[in-house]
Amino acid sequence: MAQSMVKEFTKGLWAEVPPFRLVLGLCPVLAVTKTVENGIGMGIATTFVLVCSNLLVSMLRNVIPPKVRIACYIVIIATFVTIVELVMQAFAYPLFLKLGIFIPLIVVNCIVLGRSEAFASKNPPHMAIADGLGMGIGFTLSLTVLSAVREILGTGTLLGNPVFGPNFQPFTFMVEAPGAFVCLGLLLCMMNLIGKK
Amino acid sequence: MGDYFVLAISCIFVNNILLAQFLGQCPFLGTSKKMETATGMSMAVVFVMVMAGMITWITNNYLLKPLDIEFLRTVAFILVIASLVQFVEMFLKKSIPTLYAGLGIFLPLITTNCAVMGVCLININEEYSFMQALVASLSYAIGFGLALILFAGIRERTNIARVPKPLQDTSIGLVTAGMIALSFFAFKGMA
Repeated sequence: MAQSMVKEFTKGLWAEVPPFRLVLGLCPVLAVTKTVENGIGMGIATTFVLVCSNLLVSMLRNVIPPKVRIACYIVIIATFVTIVELVMQAFAYPLFLKLGIFIPLIVVNCIVLGRSEAFASKNPPHMAIADGLGMGIGFTLSLTVLSAVREILGTGTLLGNPVFGPNFQPFTFMVEAPGAFVCLGLLLCMMNLIGKK
Repeated sequence: MGDYFVLAISCIFVNNILLAQFLGQCPFLGTSKKMETATGMSMAVVFVMVMAGMITWITNNYLLKPLDIEFLRTVAFILVIASLVQFVEMFLKKSIPTLYAGLGIFLPLITTNCAVMGVCLININEEYSFMQALVASLSYAIGFGLALILFAGIRERTNIARVPKPLQDTSIGLVTAGMIALSFFAFKGMA
């Protein structure tokens, strides 16, 4: 049992890492990765929602009638998103302001609904937690990598600390909207290159 | 009147929902491989976004606000949008079958299109009046369609072009999207 749990956990980290391999849930990936801080914050919020909704969906999988399952999943997910929203408003207000509407929009993040439908509805709770945790951490790592590239090149800082000397000319293109697309495209290309071996 | 025009231009070009606000990326990349699917998706989005924009505005201002339960906004909005999509689907199937056949599978997909939900939330956050919300929803939807159809046109070409193996498909798509975003970025100077 422990072995299969580890398998479900690790597949989210590389083999099926959400934004790159599955090309799902790209909106927050592109929008909040201007700085590493935002990227990690968004990743943690999404991970929390993923794990909790996966757990609840999996526990209720024999109770929910199949015909209205999507609506049930959405209500479960929306509940946890509201919890995250309120908690962040109370304890991490500056970050909440920066992430803006992308916090409520976790509801419609395809990854969360996708995992509920594709995995949690068919597997027991402990497997669903492993899956949610793996996917969430994979998502957080991808956000961190992308935001690190963008922050280092775009503003010359990492987590707000300057990386280069004072003569560094920031490559502002990277923190603007077009840079997000190009940067993600190139990262995806790099992953394809590495993954082929 | 002039205000509405400025609002419309800013929603279509300057704050384009796909290329400047990064909402609705899944259909942007998922349905842009063929021109047909791109136009179908755009039409469905225009239709649903305008209706959802109006109905969520009414829900927020006449239901959630008076009862002081605005913290339920996320849950309320997603339920409104989901049931609206379902209702529209049934209505079209019954009364306008040609349009239903045209929109096809894109209608149910719209429930999880974050552009629709995003526009509804933007309307509320910006504290638009009802007319402003209507104009903004319509313009955002037009902007969505414009960007999606432009992108699909280019993608049809890159599909038959000789692209290096690791860059193929989504990867080159994202770089292309970046180039389109760059051209839309020029509109920022207008605002």
